[in-house]
Order: sequence, then structure tokens, then C-alpha cells
Amino acid sequence: MDCYTANWNPLGEETFYRKLELYSMEWGLREDLRDCVVAAAPYGGPIALLRNSRRDKTPSARPLLEIYSASGLLLASVPWKSGRLVHLGWTAGEDLLCIQEDGTVLVYNLFCEFKRHFSMGNEVLQNHVLEAQVFHTEFGTGVAILTGALRFSLATNIDDLKLRRLPEVPGLQKPPPCWAVLSQDRVTVVLLAVGQELFLLDNTSCSVVSPPGLSPSAGPFLHMAVSFTHRHLALFCDSGTVWMGTASLKEKFCEFNTGIRSPPKQMVWCTRPRSRQRAVVLAWERQLMVVGNSSECIRFVLDEDSHLVPELDGVRILSRSSHEFLHEIPEASQEIFRIASMAPGALLLEAQKEYEKESQKADEYLREIREQQLLPEAVGQCIEAAGYEHEPETQKSLLRAASFGKCFLDRFPPEGFVRMCQDLRVLNAIRDYQIGIPLTFTQYKQLTIEVLLDRLVLRRLYPLAIRICEFLRLPEIQGVSRILAHWACYKVQQKDKSDEEVAQAINQKLGDTAGISYSDIATRAYDCGRAELAIKMQKKPTTNYPNLSVPPNPTVPVPVPVPVPVPVPVYTVVLHLKNELNRGSFFMTLQNQPVALSLYRQFCRHQERETLKDLYNQDDNHQELGNLHVQGGYSQQRIEGRVAALQNALDEFYKAKNDFAAKATEEQIKLLRLQRHLQEELDKPYLDLSLHDTVHTLILDGHHKRAEQLYRDFRIPDKRYWWLKINALATRGDWEEMEKFSKSKKSPIGYLPFVEVAVKHHNRYEAKKYAPRVPPEQRVKAFVLVGDLEQAAEAAIERKNEAEMSLVLARCSAATDGAVAEKLNRARAQLLKK
Amino acid sequence: MAAHLSSGRVNLTALREAGRRELREFLDKCAGSKAIVWDEYLTGPFGLIAQYSLLKEHEVEKMFTLKPGRLPPADVKNIIFFVRPKLELMDIITDNVLREDRGRSPQRDFHILFVPRRSLLCEQWLKEQGVLGSFIHREQYSLDLIPFDGDLLSMESESAFKECYLESDQTSLYHAAKGLMTLQALYGTIPQIFGKGDCARHVANMMIRMKREFPGSQNSIFPVFDTLLLLDRNVDLLTPLATQLTYEGLIDEIYGIQNTYVKLPPEKFAPKKQGEGGKDLPTEPKKLQLNSAEELYAEIRDKNFNAVGSVLSKKAKIISAAFEERHHAKTVGEIKQFVSQLPHMQAARSSLANHTSIAELIKDITTSEDFFDNLTVEQEFMSGIDTDKVNNYIEDCIAQKHPLIKILRLVCLQSVCNSGLKQKVLDHYKREILQTYGYEHILTLNNLEKAGLLKAQTGGRNNYPTIRKTLRLWMDDVNEQNPNDISYVYSGYAPLSVRLAQLLARPGWRSIEEVLKMLPGPHFEERQQLPTGLQKKRQQGENRVTLVFFLGGVTYAEIAALRFLSQMEDGGTEYIIATTKLINGTTWIKSLMEKLEPAPF
Repeated sequence: MDCYTANWNPLGEETFYRKLELYSMEWGLREDLRDCVVAAAPYGGPIALLRNSRRDKTPSARPLLEIYSASGLLLASVPWKSGRLVHLGWTAGEDLLCIQEDGTVLVYNLFCEFKRHFSMGNEVLQNHVLEAQVFHTEFGTGVAILTGALRFSLATNIDDLKLRRLPEVPGLQKPPPCWAVLSQDRVTVVLLAVGQELFLLDNTSCSVVSPPGLSPSAGPFLHMAVSFTHRHLALFCDSGTVWMGTASLKEKFCEFNTGIRSPPKQMVWCTRPRSRQRAVVLAWERQLMVVGNSSECIRFVLDEDSHLVPELDGVRILSRSSHEFLHEIPEASQEIFRIASMAPGALLLEAQKEYEKESQKADEYLREIREQQLLPEAVGQCIEAAGYEHEPETQKSLLRAASFGKCFLDRFPPEGFVRMCQDLRVLNAIRDYQIGIPLTFTQYKQLTIEVLLDRLVLRRLYPLAIRICEFLRLPEIQGVSRILAHWACYKVQQKDKSDEEVAQAINQKLGDTAGISYSDIATRAYDCGRAELAIKMQKKPTTNYPNLSVPPNPTVPVPVPVPVPVPVPVYTVVLHLKNELNRGSFFMTLQNQPVALSLYRQFCRHQERETLKDLYNQDDNHQELGNLHVQGGYSQQRIEGRVAALQNALDEFYKAKNDFAAKATEEQIKLLRLQRHLQEELDKPYLDLSLHDTVHTLILDGHHKRAEQLYRDFRIPDKRYWWLKINALATRGDWEEMEKFSKSKKSPIGYLPFVEVAVKHHNRYEAKKYAPRVPPEQRVKAFVLVGDLEQAAEAAIERKNEAEMSLVLARCSAATDGAVAEKLNRARAQLLKK
Repeated sequence: MAAHLSSGRVNLTALREAGRRELREFLDKCAGSKAIVWDEYLTGPFGLIAQYSLLKEHEVEKMFTLKPGRLPPADVKNIIFFVRPKLELMDIITDNVLREDRGRSPQRDFHILFVPRRSLLCEQWLKEQGVLGSFIHREQYSLDLIPFDGDLLSMESESAFKECYLESDQTSLYHAAKGLMTLQALYGTIPQIFGKGDCARHVANMMIRMKREFPGSQNSIFPVFDTLLLLDRNVDLLTPLATQLTYEGLIDEIYGIQNTYVKLPPEKFAPKKQGEGGKDLPTEPKKLQLNSAEELYAEIRDKNFNAVGSVLSKKAKIISAAFEERHHAKTVGEIKQFVSQLPHMQAARSSLANHTSIAELIKDITTSEDFFDNLTVEQEFMSGIDTDKVNNYIEDCIAQKHPLIKILRLVCLQSVCNSGLKQKVLDHYKREILQTYGYEHILTLNNLEKAGLLKAQTGGRNNYPTIRKTLRLWMDDVNEQNPNDISYVYSGYAPLSVRLAQLLARPGWRSIEEVLKMLPGPHFEERQQLPTGLQKKRQQGENRVTLVFFLGGVTYAEIAALRFLSQMEDGGTEYIIATTKLINGTTWIKSLMEKLEPAPF
């Protein structure tokens, strides 16, 4: 432990800086970094490299665009085929922006897969881009360029591209030696230096500004740096002076003379959030210097070409062989590890060590802390400091101390400790060189776990992401199922696997996990041109949106880096397939998809009747085919057409073994032919009357013979024929014929209908003729109908039926039927006596 | 205005409010004055959500009915089409848009609102016609479940039954599941789901899946409903075929209730003023709204029609007694009190007059011989008498060419009550129908067979008697005046569907496993997990609330029966009813008929 502070370098009284190695790089660069265009994404992100092999004189050799993880593992590479590259930069969502000389910006993902491109304006085409910068603000990732016409253009958010051309800088003859993008009060501006003057360019104007308190001898500005948070600004002057202050140029922190007059290769801020010391790191060819508010500075020798990557709480230093992190020692670590520190945390750590050695000194230390009542602080310090350590061993010893201290406390809330253990576990896992995301605790908290998971998903590290979700017990919706859905979306894009394989793999893994919309996955599949797979995916019940409808936006928030897929309803896929495949295989595909099939049938029913026939044909569904022919027949303009269609239907019905339907259709054809015949002969519309109506009309017109013929030909049941005939005769008023008919043979429907029909046609006289022929059980009703109450009463009395007597009584009016009523009453009384 | 919606156990005003909010938001998207072009079918359901006044507040100045040709002139900035996603309607809209005078200024903006879902196919269609670009806003208005009354929700989807059972198109089930999700978003997750039938199973699956897929925010609303019961209409095909005998049911059977409104022949409603008797009888049908906002109607709607008369006469006495009060009012205070009650009394009196007239109209029909004969046959079938042979009455009706739907209702009823007819009997009926009404009805008959309403007995076993006995579907000793069982709604027959709901509440379906197996489709139970904080601790005597969802339609008599169960003192369960469509036997059969109109030769 003595050597623990060995790599601490003091800057001023209070602060220390340390440089520690994150990874030894194994990327095997042949060239020096200075020969490459380098860009590393913040938050321990990937490194993009364009090898600009100048030494390679062969013009045909294409430069290589490579992307490495922070630990130097090659993620992907692709030969650079486009135009001359000016600048590389990363977006907040870890997409690589390649800004070309002609103003085109190409967007690649982590795996060198081209995503899209956009242009920085037409003006640039002729003038070329001289310099470019990628910057991050609260609006997202932005791009600023300086064109050959010495004009600045910028876009504050590349996802919502709005180009802004900034006004001209007066008197600008050559490219400024340095410029930077500032974001102040939600406004993005460009600060540039021309000689000894500073200009601020906003949307409309260009104003001269000057840093307060800059010594007059400082000379022209050569370099400038804006801090990670856009709050601070550093300026390097010709005299070797570094001025540090706020980005608003209202306040100066300090000034330091480096004594080196050549401009540094890179200058970046190296400050922890909420730290009192504000320091800047300057890099020359072989020298690294940390300067701050102190008369001294820290110098490091650089053995190799290095590249500085500013981070939220420090600076990453990349070189050919190593990847280091330079940062200010956080307060908690300082308190504990500073030599001869008597802070409670330091004592607690000592106490725990002694305890392990089984020494009584443990008690002494512990007592000392407890006497000052500082044990809770001590535990807190140890927990906090553990977070800032990279070495698991140190983390462990600090946590062990904290846990030891906790034993002597009542009611110390455990959450902080548990949370820290979990966080460190996650951090250690992702810092592993195979994953290569060297996040510090501070960065991790700023980034949040959700974004971290998204980044793992982007790197296709699905299993690790899932393990983390499970370890942190994140709700399924936010965690596991979201990741699985992404996995599935990725899976369907793997074109080397067969549809069946992919569908099965997905179904197996996803099963019924909550929160996964299969239609999103299907959309992805559809986008990749795998429509059949899309259908397979949508087999799951709800994910098809039957009524060819656009479902509302899913309410699940989808993480930023992955675009929200719009679900494709089954219909789109079906219609697409229909256009793509030939009929046979299209139908075959449908056969296995009942939902899609029934939807398609529905569509055909409205749009393409002919196709529907083909569909049924394929199924050998003769019944439906028959029905279709019948339907078709009714839209025929000519009777021959109808008969032909019916003939087809007839055949299908036979094939369907539906004898009844076949016979009925046969009859129908027979009737139609007959009707046509009648129509011609009698010059009266008969076509399309039902058989009943045909016979009815014939009788109405007095063609009794023909009616009789139909009755026999179509084997109309007697009962119905009788009803039909007497109704028609009554309507015609042919009472004579009716009487004749009634006597032709014994009526199969009895004689009450005769009475009823006559009464209905207001012919009581005729009705009365039939009443006596009605059988006794209906006779009362018949007499009532014809209005012969006397007879009705007699019939009722004869039958000794009380209900019937009441019925007749109800019809009796006191004035005219007094006698009848009396008779009935008497009979009824007698009946009741018995 | 919507007080009747909040009268029940579950305050359905919230659902209506949600609907209104969505509508307002859409209207405000189209700034400026507007005219609405209505798909006529939608006006009824929309009327239950928002009156004209709401539309007017949002600058709707004109309303038209969707029809081909040029749009009527209207000096408005926006034209909004309110339509169902149907291709036929898209053609009309295309015609409207193409005929719009491009030269007129200012130009009118077009918008389209699909109810209840946007349809890709429709939009594709509009695109092919080259008019899709003319529409600035294309939105959807998810009008799934529309509140009809304090305990009644309907989707008013006419063809739901046909689509589900004949065309295996499950669109309306998707909408039903969506509607249930909306309901759960407003009234909390329903912890228990029971169901019977294939469609029920399907809806439950979709609900569970939707919950998984869009769990967005964990629902933190205390659940209002304890149970959801999903019932397929094809589990109980019998009930809608029988003639409903409740007051409301009969109004529907005879005059047809549409979106709570009924149109009645005007003669009986002529204003009775002395002196000008019968001079100018109104010729327009009388339109009345029927819902529980009307006190008297709420009381009599679910009664057996035979019990309505006595209530009406009792009411008449009370009201005239109340009017008599004025003679006894002596002091100024008493008179003032009387006067303050006057508006209420007058409303009650006119309500009474209306219902007395309606009751008279219905009585004319129910006392007719034909109604009586028809009912007798129905009841014979339902109680299991002579269901296996050709029925004389039906034959006579066919011979006299009574309305086809009446015949179909009876034949189907007989088939259902006999678990299918003997092939010979079935063929005889079919032949009689085809010969009498025309061969084109062969398709309708085929549809009825596909739906299972009409079928040949297979396997030779008639399950109906077993079902009837186990579920006590036929009650001989029915009390129409003071009912003690749901069978009063059909004067003897207890609707099967409601019996299932009743048995589910007590003693549970386990007791009738055997019968459930005889009915089509699976029966199932699902539970939806609630967060621990929302689990209900039931108070002593507090009733459970069950939502019964009829997939494929429900009749007013069934609703009456469920309301009767809600009111039973020892029932322990209150029912809220939801359905795809309010039906009766006639509208139901009609929806299954194939409309073939021969081209004139």
C-alpha cells in the first residue's frame, strides 16, 4: 500500500493527478498515429482510424477505415472508397460520421456498415471543406465546417438536419489558426481567433470579444480548447501562455506560461465535475503537460505518438502500445489514501487491515473513529472511494472496510453499499478487455444503465446485456425483453440462415416473453426483403393487425439508438407476396397461414372474385365454388349466362356431394327455362319469380292447367298447393272455381283455411259455405269468423268446451245477441256444476 | 345529458369523456371552420358520444351525408370525412374529392377520420385513385365500445357475427380486444377472465398478448371490475331466435331500436286537443329515445310485457293524485312547493302518456292470433315437444308466404332445440323455402348451416334435453308479475347465455363441466396479475362486478335477465354488459342472409 500514491502527481496544494493504464493496446498499428485520422467516442467508446498511408506511394492502394474497441480489438474494417476525408467524429448514439471534402457526411455504424449520408450544403461542393468539427450539445450531435470560402456552416443536430450558414468574418484572409464551437444558453456559436483578436460568430452577427485579464504580452492565439461541458475555455498564445476561464469570457481562472512557444498538438480540459482545480492537458510531440491554477505544472514524457480523448472526468491517452487515463484524484480517494491521512475513511481502512491480521490495533483505530462519532462518514467514504478505483483488489479492500465498519453501526441504510457492489460488478464486467468499455464510475452514472445497455446491444453483446439486466433485476420490459427484441431484429437480418431456422430460433428464445411485439420483428424481416419470414413471425395471435389497419404507435419507449420500427400488418406482407411470387407458390405459402389466408379471402371477396375461385379450387372446396357460381350467375345480364353459371354451380355441388343443393339448382334451371317459355308465350314477366309466385300468377291469370302442370312437375306438396291455390283464387275473386276445387277431393288442409281466406277477402257469404265442413274441433272458430254467433254457440255447447264458450261470449254484444249470451251462460253454469 | 351513464355501479361517463376528448383533439387539429361528411352508419353511434353542440363548439358549421357527386357548397375551411374503413366508401370519397372545384377560393382542406381503425388497404386504394395526397390529416378514432346506458356497452358492429363465424375474419374480435384494453386503462386491470367459445378464447389471448406487448405504464388504477366473462354467441344460438317478451325486447322485435332510438307509427301520439280531432295527423314517425334517464322506462323496460300494464295504471293513479294535490294546497308555501314540483310531474305525465301509447301498440300485436300461434310453437320447441318432425304451423306459414325471416327463425329454432334436424326434415324445409321464396336463398340457407343455426343431426344424439334439464332452461311455473327466475324474460325459457353467467357466479362452472363440454368451443379461465397494492379486500356484503361480453351480439331480453340477476338481493354479483352489437332474431338472421339481387333480364 505504500506505493499506492506513487503515481500521484501534485498540482498546487490540494490536488493530485494520476495516470493509470487502462489497456495495453494490441491493435498492431504499423503506422504512427500521426499518420492516421483518429476519432474516439467519448464515454469509453470505440476508436475509428483511417490509415492514411502516405508512405504507400501506390495510388491504387485504398486507405482502410478501421474501428477498434477501446481495448484495441478490431471490430470491423472497410476499405475507404469515397472521397477525401477531412474529419472523423462520433455521434452520441455511437455512429461514425465521416466528413468528406465535398461536404458529404457519411454515417456508419460501429461495424462499418453504411447507414445513410447527408450533405452540408451545395455551396461546399465548389469550395470544399477545409476543416470540420463534431460537437455534442443538449440538442444532440452537431457538425460544424469551415469552407474554402472561409465561411462557417453548422448543423446542431444531424438527426434533424437544419443547416445554418454563419455570417462572414470581416477581414478574414486565410483560415484562422484555431476555432471552436461553443454552446451557451442553448445557442450554438463559433469562436475563432484571427491573430490577436477573438471573434464570436452567432446566427446573425460577428462580434469581437476579448478574454478578461489576459496579459498584454501574450501575443496571437494559436490554440483553443472547450471543456466537455462547454463551460470552460482555454486559449494558448504565441508567447506560450495558457489562459483559462469561463466559456462566456466573463471570468478568468488563471494564466500559466508553459515556456514552449510552438503550438501544442492537442489541448484538452482535464477536470472532474465539481472540482475546485481546473486543469488543461497539453500535448506536444514528446511531452505532456498538465497546467492549472498553480505556479508549477506536471510534465510527462511521451514515448510514442499519442492522441488525447477528453472525457467527463479526465483525459484518455491513446498510443500505439497503451491506453491510459489521466484524471484528478477524487476527494474521497484522497482522504483515504493520502499519506498520513487521519480522515475517518483512512482510519477505517487501517482498522480493517489490522483486524484481518488479528491485531488489537484494529480496536484502537475503530475507537478513534467512534469517539469522533465519524463512523458513518468513514463507511461512506470507503464506499465512495471504491467506486473510483479501477483495480478490483483495491475496490474489494475498500468495500471490505466499509462492510467491517457497518457492523458497528445501527441502522446504517444498506442501499448505498449494495448499489455500489452491483455497479462495480457491472463496471468491471464491461471494462474487461474483450468488451472494452472503460467507463469510470462518474461517467457511468452520467450515462445511466439504460444507455449502457443500448450500447451493449449496439455492439451485439446480447448475452452480456441480458446478464446485466438479470443481475440488476431490471423489469422485463425495460430489460430482458427489449434486448431480446433487438436480438430478434438482428437475427432476421442474417441472410445466410433459412427462414425456417430463423423463425424457429426466435420463437424458441422469445417464447412468451412480455413486452415483445412480434410485428416489430416482422417489420424488420419485411424490410430486409424476407416477406415470408415476416408472415411466419406474425403467426403469433395479436401481432397481426387483422383489419388491414395501421395500429397506433406502440407505447413502449424504444431506445434512442435503434429506430422505431413501424409494424407491418399482415396485409402489407400478403399483398407484397402476391406481387412478388407466382400464383402457385403464393397460394402454397398462404395454405400454411390460416390468418393470412382468411384475410386474403376477405380481400378477394371485395376485390378479386376470380382469384377467390382459384383459391377455392386449390382447396378443392367445391361447396364454396358452387356458391360463387350461384352468386356470379346473379350478376349476369342474360338468362343464358345465368343458366350457364348455375350449370357450373350444379357440377360443383355434385362434386361437393351436396345432393340437395345440386337437385335444387337443377330445379332452378328447369324453372328458369320454363319461365322463359311462359314469358314468351303469355307476354308477361315470369322470370325470377319463385316457383310459388309463378304458380300463383298463373292461377291469378286463370291458367289453371299450366299451374296444375307445375304442381306435378315440381312435386309441390299437396298442402302447400292447396293453400296456394285458394289464396290465389280468392285474390282473383274466382269463388266458383274455389268451390269446385274444394269439392275436387278431400282437402289436405281441412276447410278452415277456406273460411279464413274468404273472410280475409271480405266475402262472408262464401265463407259461410265452408263453415259446416270444418271439423268439430275448429268449427267454433269458423263460425265466429263468419260472424254466425248462434251457430258458434251451439257448436261450443255441443262440445261442452268452456274456453270456446267464453270465446263466443266475448264476441256477443248485449244489444243484439242477448239470447245467445243467455244460452251460453246457462250452458256454462251447467258445465261448472258438474 | 349523460346522467344515465353514471347511475350504475360503474361510472361509464369516464369512457364517454375519453371518447369526447379524443374527438375534440382531432377537431382542433383542423384549424378553422369545418364541415363533416358522414358515413351514415356512424351518425347513430356518434350521437351517443357527442351531440351537435360539441361539434359546433369546435367550429363544425355544416354536416352532410356521404354520397357520390359533388360536395354541397359550404363556406368552410375544412371538409372532414368520418367513415368506416370500407372500400365502397373510399370510392365515394374519391368521387367527392375529384369533383371538387379546384378554382374556388379559398381552397378547402380535406381530412379523413377512420372509425375505428385506419386501414392500410383503404389508404392504398385512395393512393391508387390519386387522391391520397389531398388529405391533410388521416387519423383514426378508436370508437370501440360505445356506452349505451349505465350498464351497457356496444360496438355496434353489424357484421361481427357473420365475419367471425362465416368468414373467419377476426377483425371485430381484434377491435373487441382493443376496446377491452381501453376499458382496462380507464377502470383497472380485470383480475379474472372466464370464457366459453373459440372467439372468446381468441379475444382473451389477444388481450393477454396486448398486455404483454404494450405494458407501457403499469396500470395503477384500482380495478372496478372483478371478473370478465367472454361468451361466444354460437355457444347459445337459441336465445336470439326466440321472441323476446320483455317490454324493451318487444319494442325492439316489433319496431327496432337503433342506437337507443325507436321510431313509432305516429297515429297514437297525436296531440289530443279538443275540437280539432283527427284533422292533421302527423305523418312523420315519432322518434323517442329510450334509456334509463327516463325514470318510468327504467322501471318497466325489463319487465315481462304482461306485467307492464299494471305498473302503468298504478303510475297513472299516482300522477293524477299528485296533480290533485293542488286543490289541497292552501298556504302560499304549499302552493310554491307544488309549483316547484310541477316540471317533474309534467315530465312524468308525458312519459307515462308515451309509454301507455307504446304499450297499446304492442298489445294490439301480442294479442293477435298469429303472434300467439307463433309463440306457442316457439315454446313447444324450447320445452322439447315435437322437435324432431316437420311442424304444421311452419308448413302453413310457408304455404301462406309469411315473411321469410319469421320462417327462418322458427326453423332454426327447431334445429337448435333438436341439436340438428333429421336429414329428411331439414331437406323438406329447405325445399319448401326455396320453392316458395326463390332459389336464390340457397346461399342464405348455406350461411345458416355454416353458422350452425341449421344443421342435420349427426351421430343421432340430441343433447338439447340434457342441456335443458341441467341448466334448467325451461321453467313451467314462471311468474311474470313478480319473477323469481330469469326465465320470466321469455315467459318460461331461461336464456342459456345468462344461465351460464349465473352459474359461473354461483356455484361455479365446475358443477356443469359435462354440459359445458356439449356446447361448442373451449371454456377457460385466466388470471391477470395485479400489483399487491391493488388487490381488493372485499367488504362484507359488497357485490362483485362482472363484465359480460357477448361476442356476436346480445338481445334486450338477455340484458334484462342479467339486470334481474344484478338486482337479486342475495345475488352478490352486479353485471355490466358489453357486446359487438345489440341484436334480435330478425336483425341477426338478416345479417346472415345473402342479398342477391338478380340483374333484370
